Amino acid sequence: MSANRWWGRPATTLAACVARGELSAEQAVESGWEAASTWEGDVHAVAHADATVRARAARTAPPGPLRGVPVIVKDNLCTAGDYPTTCGSRILAGYRAPYDATVIRRLRAAGAVLTAKGNMDEFAMGSSTEFSCYGPTRNPYDLTRVPGGSSGGPAAAVAYGLAPLGLGSDTGGSVRQPAAFCGVFGLKPTYGRLSRYGLVAFGSSLDQVGLFARHAGDVALLYSLLAGPDLRDATTRASPPPDVSAWDRGVKGLSFGWPENLWREGVEPEVVAALEEAAACLERAGARRVAFDFLPGTYAVATYYLVATAEASSNLARFDGVRYGPRAPSTDVWSLYVRSRSQGFGPEVKRRILLGTYALSAGYYDAFYLKAQRARTRIRREYQAAFGRCDFMLLPVAPTLAFRLGEKTTDPLAMYLSDIFTIGANLAGIPGLAVPLGLAGSGLPRAVQLVGPEDSEPTLLRAGRALEVRGEVARLGREHETEFPWPMKR
Amino acid sequence: MAHEAVIGLECHIQLATRSKMFCECPAEFGASPNSNVCPVCLGLPGALPVVNRAAIDAALQLGLVLGCTIREASVFARKNYFYPDMPKNYQITQYDRPLCEGGALPVRLCETARSFPLIRIHVEEDTGKSFHPERTGDRPVSRVDFNRAGVPLLELVTEPAFRQPEECGAFLAGLRRLARWLKISDGDMEKGHLRCDANVSLRPPGSASLGTKTEIKNLNSIKGVEKGLTAEIARQAAVLDAGGRIEQATLLYDADHDKLAVMRSKEYAHDYRYFPEPDLPQLTVDAAWVEEVRGRLPEPPWTREDRYVDHLGLPAYDAAILCETRERSDYFEAVVGAGTDAKRASNWVMTEVLRHVNARGLSEREAALRLPAKSLAVLIGATESGRITSASAKEVLEEVFEKGGDPEAVIAARGLVARSSPEELLPLVREVLAENPGPVAQFRGGKQATLGFLVGQVMKKSGGRAAPQVVQELLRAELGALR
Ligand SMILES: [Zn+2]
Repeated sequence: MSANRWWGRPATTLAACVARGELSAEQAVESGWEAASTWEGDVHAVAHADATVRARAARTAPPGPLRGVPVIVKDNLCTAGDYPTTCGSRILAGYRAPYDATVIRRLRAAGAVLTAKGNMDEFAMGSSTEFSCYGPTRNPYDLTRVPGGSSGGPAAAVAYGLAPLGLGSDTGGSVRQPAAFCGVFGLKPTYGRLSRYGLVAFGSSLDQVGLFARHAGDVALLYSLLAGPDLRDATTRASPPPDVSAWDRGVKGLSFGWPENLWREGVEPEVVAALEEAAACLERAGARRVAFDFLPGTYAVATYYLVATAEASSNLARFDGVRYGPRAPSTDVWSLYVRSRSQGFGPEVKRRILLGTYALSAGYYDAFYLKAQRARTRIRREYQAAFGRCDFMLLPVAPTLAFRLGEKTTDPLAMYLSDIFTIGANLAGIPGLAVPLGLAGSGLPRAVQLVGPEDSEPTLLRAGRALEVRGEVARLGREHETEFPWPMKR
Repeated sequence: MAHEAVIGLECHIQLATRSKMFCECPAEFGASPNSNVCPVCLGLPGALPVVNRAAIDAALQLGLVLGCTIREASVFARKNYFYPDMPKNYQITQYDRPLCEGGALPVRLCETARSFPLIRIHVEEDTGKSFHPERTGDRPVSRVDFNRAGVPLLELVTEPAFRQPEECGAFLAGLRRLARWLKISDGDMEKGHLRCDANVSLRPPGSASLGTKTEIKNLNSIKGVEKGLTAEIARQAAVLDAGGRIEQATLLYDADHDKLAVMRSKEYAHDYRYFPEPDLPQLTVDAAWVEEVRGRLPEPPWTREDRYVDHLGLPAYDAAILCETRERSDYFEAVVGAGTDAKRASNWVMTEVLRHVNARGLSEREAALRLPAKSLAVLIGATESGRITSASAKEVLEEVFEKGGDPEAVIAARGLVARSSPEELLPLVREVLAENPGPVAQFRGGKQATLGFLVGQVMKKSGGRAAPQVVQELLRAELGALR
């Protein structure tokens, strides 16, 4: 029996089979790498991997709900003793973290095996995974297209079956958008529900660790294992996280917002079609559609880019060549800073550091950063008001399906605007779930986004599951269809 | 031309908490370089700060004793600038919403009670320490020790309320005493537990406007504050008197050479790009916490000084010395509490006990262990009643401080109870009279003071153990009989 029999199975199935002794943890991990032998050379989703390291991890995985389940985590999550943690940046070339991020610690304690570190836009700044010092990741559904970003590596790897689960980080859509482009589930939890300790910071008040999986049930399981307070992250919530165990309960009695005004222009017809199908599907499953106009701050994109870059300019100050990372030869400390940083950071990171530094400068602080904070408060209130009328909202993830490599790298503004539907959840600190919804005629994955109030993860997962069952979920490798037990009906 | 100096101080107090401000590393001084470090205080990627509540508690103690207003929701902020001993290249501090505002520190200056108003006290983290340049082969090398990085600091900013450098020295001494009194800092300026920067400008006496100010850094001893400010005031006065203008600048005081050097001029002023620290929620200090801290505050030293003068009738000088440290004043109070007259207790503590403390390099805490206040009270009582002579009392102190032990036991073991029986003392008196015909004749000639000499001689013969009163009576009687 080939290990590939196990390829594409849900994490829950793999874990159950490992627990019953039907396959070993090592086999579970290597089944994904068999798939990688087909895909990885073209897709380039992996930034760091090591066969010896993952074999050892598989052998020594403790018993737990994820025993033997491979997980790919983004290169900005600190992992000790196995892989480098480099954030896709030259400035961290070869850097090995001396400690595990809290979510990594929890993953390992649950028996999961870190099978690789996923490629990403440098320091999570980007929407296409083209800004990585390791080169771009490609979309497994169309190698001429981007997988989305910045967590494009884990998203693409989960899509092609390297692992059933992945971790990314979502500052403005960096989990949901690549999930949508690659046809997998992507959850950005409520701010403060997943510890950020050990996640290399981009915009601290916006960053959340996000989850990738091919199945709604796997998202629920992963969330239940990782969410919860962490004494090492003062921004985690002290209360117990919401219970997502009823993810398969259906959507009867739920209402969803339908802010059609948002996609009247500037959104591809395929995206609109997916939204309409999703709405119809939810209605058939017993949910109620509430149509209303929603204007989540005309200035959301401006607000987001001010807050995110301001925080980033300070967060990235520590990368100076003094304590870790490559140090440029220099004769004094100032040239050491200037050279190490000039050589270490890529162009998009430099652009954002400059923007953020400017926004915080004396004389501009009130006009930019302070005003952005006020706008943010207003955006949060507008979301709250919308959730007074519905349990969650149906939104696009991105205005387009996966775009071509190189299409937006020369036009930063176009790249920034592609975040328009995802940044709201980050600004408001609320959860968003990207749900795959079959393939477009072009063969590219389609998706919709479910956004709810704080701690509405259980509701979003119920709705995501309803779409998974009744909708059409994207898949790769049609020839493997019979061996792909996707829990869906056509 | 006459000038009036306007001076404001910025003091940093390193807190003596067990762990650092935002991580669990020990905050101790003197560990081997870079041993008390972790991902948080090294600013490693992904690490996050968590507030040490013990440091906030210390800030509340200081703030409440000084009468500050405590902000219920204060905010941490990032102060951004690059420096190799600052691991994150930003310092977590407080900016526009500090924990404590207002308040004042009472200081006694040349017997006058003064009170210097404060602007604010806030909590922040210390930086590491740079050592440079060292030489490795032909290359200069700088080294950084991050043990101090993240150690909690309180920054206290005064109003520009000082006019004389001596006032600043007295303020700093008062602040150091208070920090130690509250046991929130060791207050050792040599070790950098208390550091001071000053702003100074000159103006014509009586003017209400302010001149251009300079900032002096590194005023790290009380003498240094006074000398550094004196030097800068003289420099500014000379510039102004020569018709020049003061340039805004930051100066560094070199205490070893009593010199000021320009660190940076105005063009190089930092833009610190302060913004609220997104990794930390608002710091909430509720009324219950404030009241709990207030409830366990000790009586402040200046209140004690007043009480000693007003209620115990001590001279202000005594009160000031006794209240220099909390251990000393607690000890004094315990001696008084054991029934000793206050002035007598004050004399014994200030002369005898402090003499041993200083001569033996003891801490006052150790001294109080060797000679508990109760024992000192017993010793004073025995001396006052004449049961032992004051010479014997000193002998007892000597032994107790040297070897420890109960004073009563020492008195018994050494047979120090004063000899007061005339039968025992009369032979000694007679010997002395026989050996000193000169003084005897002088006394007879009316020189009463000679009696003191003769008493001393008898005391000497008795090994200091004769009761002086009895000796005197016997001498008088014998001299009368001889006549
Ligand atoms: Zn530490």
